[in-house]
Amino acid sequence: MSELLNIKNLTITPKAAPQKLLVNGVSLTLESGKTTCIVGESGSGKSLTALSIMSLLSPQLVKTSGQIMFQGQDISQLSNQALRDIRGKRIGMIFQEPMTSLNPVLTVGYQIGETLTVHLGLNGRALKEKVASLLEQVGIPASRANSYPDELSGGQRQRVMIAMSIACEPALLIADEPTTALDVTVQAQILQLLDTLKTRMNMGMLLITHDFGVVADIADDVVVMFRGEVVEQGSVTAVLRNPQHPYTKALLDCVPDAEGKKPLKPIDYAWLNEAEASVSA
Amino acid sequence: MTDFILTASNLVKTFSQRGGKFGMATTEIRALDNVSIALRTGITLAIVGESGSGKSTLARCLLQLQPLDSGEVLFQGENLAKLSAGSLRSMRKHLQMIFQDPFASLNPRMRIGEIVGEGLLIHDLGSRTEQQSKVVKMLKRVGLSEADMQKYPHEFSGGQRQRIGIARALVLQPKVVVCDEPVSALDVSIQAQILLLLKELQAEMALSYIFISHDLRVVRHIADDVAVMHQGKVVEQGSVIDIYQSPTQDYTRNLLQAIPGRKHATELHA
Repeated sequence: MSELLNIKNLTITPKAAPQKLLVNGVSLTLESGKTTCIVGESGSGKSLTALSIMSLLSPQLVKTSGQIMFQGQDISQLSNQALRDIRGKRIGMIFQEPMTSLNPVLTVGYQIGETLTVHLGLNGRALKEKVASLLEQVGIPASRANSYPDELSGGQRQRVMIAMSIACEPALLIADEPTTALDVTVQAQILQLLDTLKTRMNMGMLLITHDFGVVADIADDVVVMFRGEVVEQGSVTAVLRNPQHPYTKALLDCVPDAEGKKPLKPIDYAWLNEAEASVSA
Repeated sequence: MTDFILTASNLVKTFSQRGGKFGMATTEIRALDNVSIALRTGITLAIVGESGSGKSTLARCLLQLQPLDSGEVLFQGENLAKLSAGSLRSMRKHLQMIFQDPFASLNPRMRIGEIVGEGLLIHDLGSRTEQQSKVVKMLKRVGLSEADMQKYPHEFSGGQRQRIGIARALVLQPKVVVCDEPVSALDVSIQAQILLLLKELQAEMALSYIFISHDLRVVRHIADDVAVMHQGKVVEQGSVIDIYQSPTQDYTRNLLQAIPGRKHATELHA
């Protein structure tokens, strides 16, 4: 068993309001070649947890406790200089909005190549060939390297983002809602692509989502977050088959099923508060 | 004979797009290619398809927010394209729309009370006090409070803003509401709340919905009839049960197959 990432007791608060725990004592581990999904609603702290791994939190927020062990090293205290060697090289990241995370005035080939030049010192012909091969790996014709982001569809842009993030063959890939902005068919293709790349490169993948349907399709392990805390974690089959925490059950209940057999049930937060109180009592 | 409140026949809409070197070439895009649909009174017709399939263009053309090249839209037997600007405007109170992006569809400089009450003001429905009380009633019905009237859109979450959008559309007591991806920008938990609210309001106010969506899980729960669009054409339409259980087109089958959660479907929906 090779432990790739181990987050221990992570707590994040706003600088201005240290009593407000946006992320509260979160711990999770991830192995190489495995996918862990963090699932939760907006405001549950799932994106902050992901951002804090590479110290990308906004300056208004502060990590008040916690260790981020990556390949046996605590990377949470590293200087920006040292982090530069990790960001984009040993850890890749994909963001939700493929429309806003690419630079509109540079060709996608240039943007993919930038990572390779900075981290691996590739130039000229070798660079061009590597960019072409990356584009083909993510299912885009190599000739598209000269296109600008606005000439590509949303799905293609997300593929470009993926090509950028895997360019240096990172050991860990963090994907923050990579398919939320996409059509269902494109979503299925992108998830499939991520899964294939993960296996081929033996990466660990940390995928953030609010959709249990996505979790079911791609995850090995699940971490359920609610109001900044991890309320449940375990293997995908265990959590889906036998959810322990009332919130997990409630979140599962509001995922519509394709057969229309199950009535839709929105989360009843008042009920949840009581249920939570009785669990902890 | 079933009663249709809105029918559209042979709708055609083309856009020309500049392309090629220096934008010197133009290509014609058929956003709507002979589209015919029929909305039964009091039910929900879902239009499903991917981005670029023409479903949002259809929504806008149905409400005459965009002119059609050809084809006609009949609302309660009246051809909307033949109406004068004035009578179309007064017809609009029967035909309302709920938009996809709750962040972009509310004017940030207007208070909620003004946003929801604007339609009543424009259509001159009732006195000022009557209008006020209608707005308050509608806001309460969608789960907001009277005090919210004084607030601005930025003070609300995505789900709450979508409730405001619903209140704005329904305060006019319309007959047909076009919902253009009303829940696709929302979290699943909020999505469920909004879908149930839309269903309840449909029953209470005898509304007929056209529900535009790319999410077949959502459509399964809200729609009675479905029309599947692909590249500007309706490739398949029928009752929701027929389409989901025995789709006849490969394109529909692909869409159904892409629904997330297939891998652990039994556990997920136990």
